[in-house]
Amino acid sequence: MADITDSFAERIRAASPAKPLCIRGGGSKDFYGNALVGDLLDTRAHAGIVAYEPTELVITARCGTPLAEVEAALAVREQCLPFEPPSFGEPATLGGVVAAGLSGPRRGAVGSLRDFVLGVEVMDGESRRLTFGGQVMKNVAGFDVARLMAGSLGTLGLILEVSLKVLPRPVAEATLRFEMPQGKAIEAMNAWADKPLPIAATCWQDDVLTVRLAGARAAVAAARAKLGGEFIDQGAAFWEALRQHRCDFFASDDALPRLSVPSIAPPLDLPGEQIIEWGGSQRWWRGDVSVARKAASVAGGHAVLFRGGDKTAGVFQPLPAPLMAIHKRLKAAFDPRGVFNPGRLYPDF
Amino acid sequence: MPSRHHVAERDQDFSDVDRVALIAELVRQVPAANLLADPEDLKPYECDGLSAYRRLPLAVVLAENEAQVAAVLKTCHRLGVPVVARGSGTGLSAGVLPHEHGIVLSLAKMKRILHLDPVARVAVVEPGVRNLAISEAAAPHGLYYAPDPSSQIACSIGGNVAENAGGVHCLKYGLTVHNVLRVRGVTIEGEAIELGSHALDAPGYDLLALMIGSEGLLAVVTEVTVKLVPKPEVARVIMASFDDVQKAGDAVAAIIGSGIIPAGLEMMDQPATAAVEPFVKAGYDLNAEAILLCESDGTPEEVEEEITRMRAVLEGCGATGIRVSTDEAERLRFWAGRKAAFPAAGRISADYYCMDGTIPRKRLGDMLRAIAGMERKYGLRCINVFHAGDGNLHPLILYDANVPGELERTERFGAEILELSVKFGGTVTGEHGVGFEKLPGMCAQFDSAELSAFHRVKAAFDPAGLLNPGKAVPTLHRCAELGRMHVHAGELKFPDIERF
Repeated sequence: MADITDSFAERIRAASPAKPLCIRGGGSKDFYGNALVGDLLDTRAHAGIVAYEPTELVITARCGTPLAEVEAALAVREQCLPFEPPSFGEPATLGGVVAAGLSGPRRGAVGSLRDFVLGVEVMDGESRRLTFGGQVMKNVAGFDVARLMAGSLGTLGLILEVSLKVLPRPVAEATLRFEMPQGKAIEAMNAWADKPLPIAATCWQDDVLTVRLAGARAAVAAARAKLGGEFIDQGAAFWEALRQHRCDFFASDDALPRLSVPSIAPPLDLPGEQIIEWGGSQRWWRGDVSVARKAASVAGGHAVLFRGGDKTAGVFQPLPAPLMAIHKRLKAAFDPRGVFNPGRLYPDF
Repeated sequence: MPSRHHVAERDQDFSDVDRVALIAELVRQVPAANLLADPEDLKPYECDGLSAYRRLPLAVVLAENEAQVAAVLKTCHRLGVPVVARGSGTGLSAGVLPHEHGIVLSLAKMKRILHLDPVARVAVVEPGVRNLAISEAAAPHGLYYAPDPSSQIACSIGGNVAENAGGVHCLKYGLTVHNVLRVRGVTIEGEAIELGSHALDAPGYDLLALMIGSEGLLAVVTEVTVKLVPKPEVARVIMASFDDVQKAGDAVAAIIGSGIIPAGLEMMDQPATAAVEPFVKAGYDLNAEAILLCESDGTPEEVEEEITRMRAVLEGCGATGIRVSTDEAERLRFWAGRKAAFPAAGRISADYYCMDGTIPRKRLGDMLRAIAGMERKYGLRCINVFHAGDGNLHPLILYDANVPGELERTERFGAEILELSVKFGGTVTGEHGVGFEKLPGMCAQFDSAELSAFHRVKAAFDPAGLLNPGKAVPTLHRCAELGRMHVHAGELKFPDIERF
């Protein structure tokens, strides 16, 4: 039976290092990573939810399936992708979401996208269809190549199909607000995380710490009583705007570094505004990425030039030589001719 | 170093390793007391928890620090010697079965907790630290390390990383891969690498995910940063009886379908409860065809709410009896039977063989019926304990190795369960690893292109193929041989291995 993936295979066979492919879904994350290179390979024709059984907590869908379609199907059964991947626009596809590997506000509490990847089917650089992982929660047969695909920006293979673990939507939610300077907010986020409280997300900006509670009704009510603060009505809208970078902080086209640091890192020595999420672990700043990189490194983390700015110094923090060598060999293991998204992750491959 | 091509094609031949030269080099790398080479000293290292497979290495090195690990690996790399890294040796898949021309590198002496930060909720530990020792050290701060494999008293965190160990609470709290932030290790070339970080992510490919569950094939773990989580204020468990295993299986799906993620959700069939009850006196309903243990943890309010909801679901699914633990002592007693299932099997049978397939939960009933059929077909008994919440099965096939033919029948019985797991859309191993034991299952689960990809992944870390060779990923040659052996049923899987 003719299948759209046969045409993908043909495109891959016809590609060469001089004529590489740019794998792309809806293009909602074209801004992310180094520059797009190569002839467009649009994944959107390979779409559709293949299997979804709420009692198995697993959904399997093809790469071109819109994220919105996946989330709508889950919502009908009161389930969700708890890592809240940002779509950054309507056209976002599931394949693109996995390849970008980004997670939203609840990441600090529930885990990241890669934590929820159970299996993938990919087409490698020799146009072979390979399946890794599966549809079950526990699976240690073979190396965890499925999770390796998360965040690989399409450099290792064309993701054809993905199986993700899903979770029930929290029964109850509440959003609280606290006036707090940065240092105190970082302390508070870490101190609360030390306690069995149903904290789902945190966000500090402009001396205000916003906290999202999610869980059983009784647990959320008890935590509200314990933490105090000001209850706000528009909680859901606030977190969705943060997830999709629709709040004012993210509006400009200036360089936007994302700093990933240990949660307890004290306020970083960076001038101007910041947004702090994930209990202190993710910090957004407007400024030069090399300055951000230095501050993040001192704190024991790393920085990404998430959006805008000058990409000539590389979008992602440079790797130590032994790790770069492993990266290049892994790239060659899946894409020996170097035809997939060259340079998108690192200019070296 | 001799170049070894086509590693994916067939097992490499290391028969040219010079034992005398190797030992002469190793004595210069570690203190004399840390190098074992006498056969009687090597004996304790001949197998892991799966004692059916045994082999002696050329030598055992007990490393005390990362510098020694690096020196030993460099030496073995230069001389082309296979290295099998070993933690506590509690594995159940012969993952640390020694290589006859190689060394065992024991990390058991590296057992210091280097740093525990209750505010950042992390612990930095050496690989030989026992799983439970981390939770014990964290307990004064109200924290613990979540993954709790049954062997947690003895198993080491380095081994947990190698196997991506799970436990009875992983539906809610995740596996090792979800609870480790950073792994420091040494490559076969003797270079230190750090995967992950003390932040929540690291630049580049997710090599941390690749390393966890890699069964010692990619690098040797020298340091691990684990996440610690707050200990729930309360935990209570419901014990529900069912007169039919299918109903019990449906109840598992119904609980999850109702939007509850229990802290633990375990199932035991009647032969399993009958085996453990005289041993632990957990108070199990011996008339029930199956029992479920459903645990809720969290704040007292949360647990109250969840227990009420779970109870209603279980009753709606036709539970014939329900008991809820009233205090911590009773909760632990309910669990004691489940945790004692393996020793109980050892008590009622001369030998037992533990399987580890995972299937979609909805196939639990089908699988149990199929296993009942296999018991008749092979003339062997099987008792069934499941991590039902995540579809991970541990059928324990009872046999007596001294009865001619029983081990072979047991292996065929086990292979049939695993093949059915794959057919049902599952996997041959949920948490015990492939090791040496499940190489045939890998041939059933993956095709040659996928197996070749695994070999290339290994070569990306270990181009010379010296770290735990012949484990976890079968060569295409071995799969081809096994394919032929299926035709001549009755032959041993690994005729080259001494058997007990």
